[in-house]
Amino acid sequence: MKSRWQLNWRLLSMVMALALVLTGCGRENLSALVPKGPVAEQQLFLMVLTSAIMIGVFLIVMIIFAYVLIRYRQRPGQTGIPKQVEGNHKLEILWTVIPFLLLIVMAVPTVAIAFDLAKEYNNKEAVQVNVTAHQFWWEFEYPDLGVRTAQELVIPAGKKVQFHVTSADVIHAFWIPALGGKIDTNPGLTNKIWLEAKEPGTYYGKCAELCGASHALMDFKVQALEASAFDDWAKKMKAATEAPAATATGTAAQGREIFQKSCIGCHAIGSEGGKLGPNLTNFGERKLVAGIKPNDAQHLAEWLKNPQEVKPGNTMPNLNLQDDQVSALVEYLHSLKVTQ
Amino acid sequence: MSDHTSHAPNRSGLWDWLTTVDHKKIGILYLIAGGFFFILGGVEAMLIRLQLIYPEAKFVAAGTFNELITMHGTTMIFLAVMPVIFGLMNAIVPLQIGARDVAFPFVNALGFWLAALGGLLLNTSWFLGGAPDVGWTAYATLSSNHKFSTLGTDFYVLGLQIAGLGTLIGGINFLVTIINMRAPGMTFMRMPLFTWSSFVTSALILFAFPALTVGLVFLMFDRIFGANFFNPDAGGNIVIWEHIFWIFGHPEVYILILPAFGIISEVVSTFSKKRLFGYSSMVFATILIGFLGFMVWAHHMFTTGLGPIANTLFGIATMLIAVPTGIKIFNWLLTLWGGHIRFTTANLFAVGFIPTFTIGGMTGVMLAVPPADYQYHDSYFVVAHFHYVIVGGLVFGLFAGLYYWWPKMFGKLLNETLGKWHFWTFFIGFHLTFFPQHFLGLMGMPRRVFTYLPGQNLEMGNLISSIGVIGMALGSIIFAINMVVAAKSKKAAGNDPWDARTLEWAIPSPAPEYNFAQTPLVRGLDALWTEKMAGNKGMTPAEPLGSIHMPSPSFLPFLMSLGLFVAGYGFIYAGQWGTYIVAIAGIAFTLLCMLLRSLYDDHGYHIEPDEIEEKGVKA
Ligand code: HEC
Ligand SMILES: [Cu+2]
Repeated sequence: MKSRWQLNWRLLSMVMALALVLTGCGRENLSALVPKGPVAEQQLFLMVLTSAIMIGVFLIVMIIFAYVLIRYRQRPGQTGIPKQVEGNHKLEILWTVIPFLLLIVMAVPTVAIAFDLAKEYNNKEAVQVNVTAHQFWWEFEYPDLGVRTAQELVIPAGKKVQFHVTSADVIHAFWIPALGGKIDTNPGLTNKIWLEAKEPGTYYGKCAELCGASHALMDFKVQALEASAFDDWAKKMKAATEAPAATATGTAAQGREIFQKSCIGCHAIGSEGGKLGPNLTNFGERKLVAGIKPNDAQHLAEWLKNPQEVKPGNTMPNLNLQDDQVSALVEYLHSLKVTQ
Repeated sequence: MSDHTSHAPNRSGLWDWLTTVDHKKIGILYLIAGGFFFILGGVEAMLIRLQLIYPEAKFVAAGTFNELITMHGTTMIFLAVMPVIFGLMNAIVPLQIGARDVAFPFVNALGFWLAALGGLLLNTSWFLGGAPDVGWTAYATLSSNHKFSTLGTDFYVLGLQIAGLGTLIGGINFLVTIINMRAPGMTFMRMPLFTWSSFVTSALILFAFPALTVGLVFLMFDRIFGANFFNPDAGGNIVIWEHIFWIFGHPEVYILILPAFGIISEVVSTFSKKRLFGYSSMVFATILIGFLGFMVWAHHMFTTGLGPIANTLFGIATMLIAVPTGIKIFNWLLTLWGGHIRFTTANLFAVGFIPTFTIGGMTGVMLAVPPADYQYHDSYFVVAHFHYVIVGGLVFGLFAGLYYWWPKMFGKLLNETLGKWHFWTFFIGFHLTFFPQHFLGLMGMPRRVFTYLPGQNLEMGNLISSIGVIGMALGSIIFAINMVVAAKSKKAAGNDPWDARTLEWAIPSPAPEYNFAQTPLVRGLDALWTEKMAGNKGMTPAEPLGSIHMPSPSFLPFLMSLGLFVAGYGFIYAGQWGTYIVAIAGIAFTLLCMLLRSLYDDHGYHIEPDEIEEKGVKA
């Protein structure tokens, strides 16, 4: 099949059109074309409005284009010189004024929506979240709730969330396509953006600005919970932050020992530990390791054995752990749960 | 001035090319350099698409991929299409205005050698520890801090600095040439559209490239001398780089596309046998686009966080550019309207340009809407948009120009059958590659990613996109074959193979070194066509046959550029070597060459009438 495709370009372009129809609008909860919140909805409205106008213009151009090329192609034996036309003021004014009018149709909602999206909500109107981007992971802090987490952003559904975004190293961009457009995270500066998820669910977030070797792998997840579930989560996270579980049993206890020795300098559990790496307080409940791989024993072990293999250039070093150390750490890390 | 008795210097082979100051030869040098870098950039593009052909492919490593995208963008923009544009400008503009050379032939050569050696310097980074990997936009702090980027970025800074100097010099030269060197009767409002667009492009270069120079100096200071322009920990500000870069970068887009507009205007008019519809509105639109091009740079920065006032102002200013651009599209259509359209390869590319560029313009207007751009920005939608503009617009235009002017430059026509294969493979391959990318972006694929995870519905679009590359590669290979076939062909093209309208077609192909034996008198728009309609065989001369003054060739432009080339390495390795001695020596050598140039008076030489007639008989 493939070799025939390569031979027959025309067929392929038809296949392409079909394929795009079949794949439709992309994966739900990732695609900007399937909005899941008011910000993305307004943006989709503008996208549809402008593309409709533009497609209209394009069709007009194409009709004239096709007509001209068919009607006025030189015929065999045709001689003489066509009439030399200098211009036509009426026509020229027409195609200057009409685009102007179309631009006004686009500009008015553009301005209205741009200002709406730039609003800033205080902590009574919206949950406040400080986002700090790192090469190549995301840190989320809830200043009013006393909670700090990483890689998985948890928000209440049906409520506005006000983000304050910055970066610890280079420029990244914070993007959750299904919820709304992106904003750069600038080192040394703080940007603001609000978003809202209408429904509970899991949404996909990405880094959109080239930030180094593993830019492509700087994904994160957004869990939108029912308001009550969110409050519950926040309460338990706060409790776990203030008093992280100090005991563990069996192999997990071994894992805890290793962790206290080799990892705590970079990773905090609760409020204890360094900030160079993601906070792991609720790591056992995360769906992904490092934002990209399923959080099961196998993938976590792969990560611990050689983080550089999974995410080239990230700042977690290869600690040359033995297999038994790794399995102990896996056991321990997976026991880090706050809501159960 | 008969006291100068020196004769035409006899030079040949490599030495001739290294020392030439003839605009036609410099034009060919630009084309060779542009072609070479086009191949490099093309290979990089193929590797990029190979890596993205399916999810989690492992053809190239993450770091290498970033080098590839950085070098692909930088190479294509600065080292491939810019030189080809300068090549055509050099080859054609002096002929179109009835001049014997550019205003500053020596400086013209200097501009070329700086651009070529700057590009070479940048590309040697592949063998010297790795190419730059911070994107062609080189945003700080990724680019400004050695913690985040390798020595490759120093090659970017120095290479572009040297190449950019060459471009700036070239732009100034063409401004002066077009203002001062026009033949009698060639008023501004009789200038062919390609000359007009070269004029506006040169003006944009004059104002835009200094911004790049300043930005690169800042970056160089941060990287090499430990300054803190972009270091937030020391009070620096990273957004400054974005502003400076785009104050250069946005006009750069118009620097690239305007000459293509000019080419399309000439080609469409010639091959429909009609004068350009709405000539004065075309000129006006060109100038307006150039002007507005400076007012819209922040539309590349809607997500930087400039606030809604700046965003909407820059957004609306950007939308306004659609108006003059629309004027151009409709004028081309109305030029074709009622004509006798001949579908030569040149015209196929020009006609294929119209729908393709219209799509690029449309997505441009969509991108100008800031809230929607928050979704498009830095996604594959943007990648699709600018390839529609730069490849579907500019590169199609350049191919049209090359097929059109090839006979004037080399005296031989490119093969039409091969040309048609070139057009169709390239055209279809182009749309296959880039059309699906619009959707990939909207479906959540950021740009500059070395891979993507499976299960995100991105597989199909990426596969089609990668397959499309085969078409573009095939088209380019056919073009290369076509050049060889044309070079081997025995058939001379003659002065005016297309029954064209402008002055360059009034003289032999290729043009003699002095271009016009007698400066022509221009009596209307489309100078040659005016004479044809008046029943004349050629142009009416504006002067009697006389001795022609020519500039002497010189090796100094090459040496001056070489000095800076060496100094570039001196700066890049200053940290490792612990000394600036090489950098200083290189700059000193360049200054010495400049001193030589100033102290040594070279009055050029003369070509006498009998020599001209002798040659005329031979031709
Ligand atoms: C030098 C600091 C450093 C040390 C030491 C370190 N890490 Fe990390 N770790 C990081 C960073 C940074 C990341 C984020 C990597 C990324 O995603 O780009 C990370 C990520 C992780 C993750 C994934 C977190 C998530 O939310 O997906 C786990 C699990 C982890 N580290 C476990 C460990 C363990 C166990 C140790 C000790 C054996 C350890 N780390 C030692 C810096 C460190
Ligand atoms: Cu990032």
